[in-house]
Amino acid sequence: MTMSEINTQTAEKPEFYLTEDHHPENSTNLGFWLYLMSDCLIFAVLFATYAVVGRNYAAGPSPADLFDLKLVAINTAMLLFSSITYGFAMLQMERGAKAETLFWLGITGLFGLAFLGLELYEFYHLIHEGATPQRSAFLSAFFTLVGTHGLHVTFGIIWLITLMVQVSKRGLIPENRRRLMCLSMFWHFLDVVWIGVFSVVYLMGVVG
Amino acid sequence: MFSNPDLAKWIFGRLTLDAIPHEPIVIMTFIAVVLGGIAVLGLITYMKWWVPLWRDWVTSVDHKKIGIMYIILAIIMLFRGFADAIMMRIQQAIAFNGNEGYLNSHHYDQIFTAHGVIMIFFVAMPFVTGFMNYVVPLQIGARDVSFPFLNNFSFWMTTAGAIIIMISLFVGEFARTGWLAYPPLSGADYSPGVGVDYYIWGLQVAGVGTTLSGINLIATIVKMRAPGMSFMKMPVFTWTSLCTNILIVATFPILTATLVLLSLDRYVGTNFFTNDLGGNPMMYVNLIWIWGHPEVYILVLPAFGIFSEVVATFSGKRLFGYASMVYATCVIMVLSYLVWLHHFFTMGSGASVNAFFGITTMIISIPTGAKMFNWLFTMYRGRIRYEVPMYWTVGFMVTFVIGGMTGVMLAIPPADFVLHNSLFLIAHFHNVIIGGVLFGLMAGVTYWFPKAFGYKLDPFWGKMSFWFWQIGFFFAFMPLYVLGLMGITRRVSQFEDPSLQIWFIIAACGAGMIAIGIASFVIQLVVSYFKREQLKDVTGDPWNGRTLEWATSSPPPDYNFALTPVVYDHDSWDDMKARGYVRPTEGFRKIHMPKNTGTGAILSGLSVVLAFALIWYIWWLAIVAFVGIIAVSIAHTFNYDRDFYIPVEEVIATEGKRTELLAKQVS
Amino acid sequence: MSSNAPSHEDAHDAHHAHSHGHEASHGSLKSYVIGFVLSVILTAIPFWLVMGEVIESKAALVAAIMILGAIQIVVHMVYFLHMNTKSEGGWTMMALIFTIVIVAIALAGSLWVMYHLNANMMPQMSPEMMRNLP
Repeated sequence: MTMSEINTQTAEKPEFYLTEDHHPENSTNLGFWLYLMSDCLIFAVLFATYAVVGRNYAAGPSPADLFDLKLVAINTAMLLFSSITYGFAMLQMERGAKAETLFWLGITGLFGLAFLGLELYEFYHLIHEGATPQRSAFLSAFFTLVGTHGLHVTFGIIWLITLMVQVSKRGLIPENRRRLMCLSMFWHFLDVVWIGVFSVVYLMGVVG
Repeated sequence: MFSNPDLAKWIFGRLTLDAIPHEPIVIMTFIAVVLGGIAVLGLITYMKWWVPLWRDWVTSVDHKKIGIMYIILAIIMLFRGFADAIMMRIQQAIAFNGNEGYLNSHHYDQIFTAHGVIMIFFVAMPFVTGFMNYVVPLQIGARDVSFPFLNNFSFWMTTAGAIIIMISLFVGEFARTGWLAYPPLSGADYSPGVGVDYYIWGLQVAGVGTTLSGINLIATIVKMRAPGMSFMKMPVFTWTSLCTNILIVATFPILTATLVLLSLDRYVGTNFFTNDLGGNPMMYVNLIWIWGHPEVYILVLPAFGIFSEVVATFSGKRLFGYASMVYATCVIMVLSYLVWLHHFFTMGSGASVNAFFGITTMIISIPTGAKMFNWLFTMYRGRIRYEVPMYWTVGFMVTFVIGGMTGVMLAIPPADFVLHNSLFLIAHFHNVIIGGVLFGLMAGVTYWFPKAFGYKLDPFWGKMSFWFWQIGFFFAFMPLYVLGLMGITRRVSQFEDPSLQIWFIIAACGAGMIAIGIASFVIQLVVSYFKREQLKDVTGDPWNGRTLEWATSSPPPDYNFALTPVVYDHDSWDDMKARGYVRPTEGFRKIHMPKNTGTGAILSGLSVVLAFALIWYIWWLAIVAFVGIIAVSIAHTFNYDRDFYIPVEEVIATEGKRTELLAKQVS
Repeated sequence: MSSNAPSHEDAHDAHHAHSHGHEASHGSLKSYVIGFVLSVILTAIPFWLVMGEVIESKAALVAAIMILGAIQIVVHMVYFLHMNTKSEGGWTMMALIFTIVIVAIALAGSLWVMYHLNANMMPQMSPEMMRNLP
């Protein structure tokens, strides 16, 4: 039997309103996490599409003909490094060290840019070889899945730069800390998606 | 106009003067809309409403105003969607024996597509979201939603989607593909025009709003509940809203991604859903129904919540089986992800796949049936007051059960092979959507209207509206069941067999009765406005309600509750009344509130421009609008000054006024 | 607060308790480094397996890639995203589990449905059967 039922039965007259200020918890972390979950479903659709049509080469090139795993390995390393450097930025933020936070954020952004650069190089190379998104369903699904991830990274970098400006202007105030926390979740989430991409698309593609 | 066609093409994309339709019906509508629009704008200017409109409504982050605006949007779009419906009914009633009717097939195909798209995305969705926005924070004793700005932005994105769809009526054309735009018909080869592009961008823009509002409401329900309100003490409407929003957040991204793939096929020439180079159109059907089936429950679960509130209130009893109601809702939420294939049994899957999805479909009717019994047992031995919301509820019980049973019939794969794509299917889903969702929304309007505006709706015209809807519904859709069993397919504009005509004429008469029902609703709003002194509600609790929204004044003050309520029971307001709650008249403090902002409306306007540019291939404008959206969003994050305090004097004054009113009421 | 409102007091305490809980869940240098080292190892192994052509059997190779990928995702979730059952009162975990279920349904369901589409088609003809057609 819960407390409230006891209350009901005894028909006491408890306090029906708060006499001090009520501060609901901040919802930003939860809300942003829910957004990430919804983003996760966008990737789920792209993965499902890749899984279903990813072997329809239409007599065109197959993953084994196209993918350069060394490049993918370097690219993966870039993203991994950016994850740990973002972690360092968060640790500096916890300490309240503004300059160090900005430094590590900058490093993270550079790794992100390197990742994007390599990915664009790969795309350019593929298209140059005639493996365009229009060539086959496999290539459509490949470019869309990897490209969507790349677009997310691009937006992450724009957001990162915006936050760096805001931190340098306003310092590590609670609002900015919360935003850095959100971007941190976003950044690590993209890393998680990338694990799926390199496992399913590149490695399993080359295995055949 | 331009001597250089390349330049014209660069500036206007594929937009030319030919895009303005020449059909007399559309021209007449266009003239009527323009005249009506000028009249409204003139009235706003004459009454000097522009500033208050912008300050108090467009930029408002108040969940109550946003909720009302959602519902106004839904009602406006209902007129458009219903106009499409009645045009189809008239066409089908006369197009026999070589008579082609008054709509050519090009126009007719656009109408049935627009009808479906508008009714689902721009009537039912905003209506439901509007109620959740308005009622949920009040029911959980909160001052607003978790992210008030996001709420405003979501609303304006939904409106932007509606505007894009409405533009298609007068500039260019709408899709001719049916409401889900299956490829390859909707692909670039078979639908080269702008119709499908209007469809895609209208839904994408509105979808952003819907997803964000879903995230917002989940966070609100999880984080902002009044102290003491554990999950099993939440009102049932809040529960169904929670499940609905979880469904929204977990399915709308699937719709977004699927439509992105379709637009890539159309714009870039990829091969996801094409017939050659390895594409597979059936993948689209599969993906869109993974979204599409939960969508059905997104619409009906809040309606179930409304019925639960109404039944308990007007039976003067606690809801029978509160816990089973909650569990049934959660079970429906999860099961709704496991039935999507029943929308395409005939696509060619093997027996094992069809059997699995047929069985899950039948299983989902069990929790729904449990709910029906809960409502009946709530009424049993209750002190029932037959007010208008209760009319809609009882009407729903009868109508929805019929729709549910035909649904179970369609869930049997062999039967579905006979009935799929026929008018039987059309009758079935109108039976559940009108009988379930729409009746629920109408019950909700009558039930919560006094809360929102401070006076009740006129009961006579409410009953008129109900009876015309209810009887009209049976006249309009029972003939379609018959026709469906005879094997008549949907989306056909002319018929050969004259013996069918009588059924279509009956259906058209039914649609006419529904039109009277809608007119009665409008009359009800007008009559009630003029009789508002007579219908006034001073107490804030006109129906002897049971949940927290009735604890505050009607309409509630900006801050909802001057002092945060404490909850001990799921019918918390009833509990408070039973145990001698006394309204606090002192001890008020200043109240922390979010500031209004125009960013949402600006972003939404830019989204309309972006969508229009993309539809007409006006690339420079698309780039400008896109950069604009990014720039405005970033600029918005540089504004740290987002809240203010309502001074304590203002709270005391507002609450004091109410104390006086209540005292007058007693004497 | 009067003493005859015990359930409210409890609720209130709980509110405060988990609002402090999630503030503390940022991780430390140690956890980031452990996470990083683990992910480097878990990334390196599958790349090595594929590029070095270590395993003969295709099925085993695919299984290894999938399992290592899944482990690495868990590592990222724990060490970088600081997932645990307590943050935000368990709601982030609940949302994650729900999402994983939906993703699994969508992926497995799509594959099942789409590969079954040929069930009612004519049986696949081998070139040999084609030659023997009347």
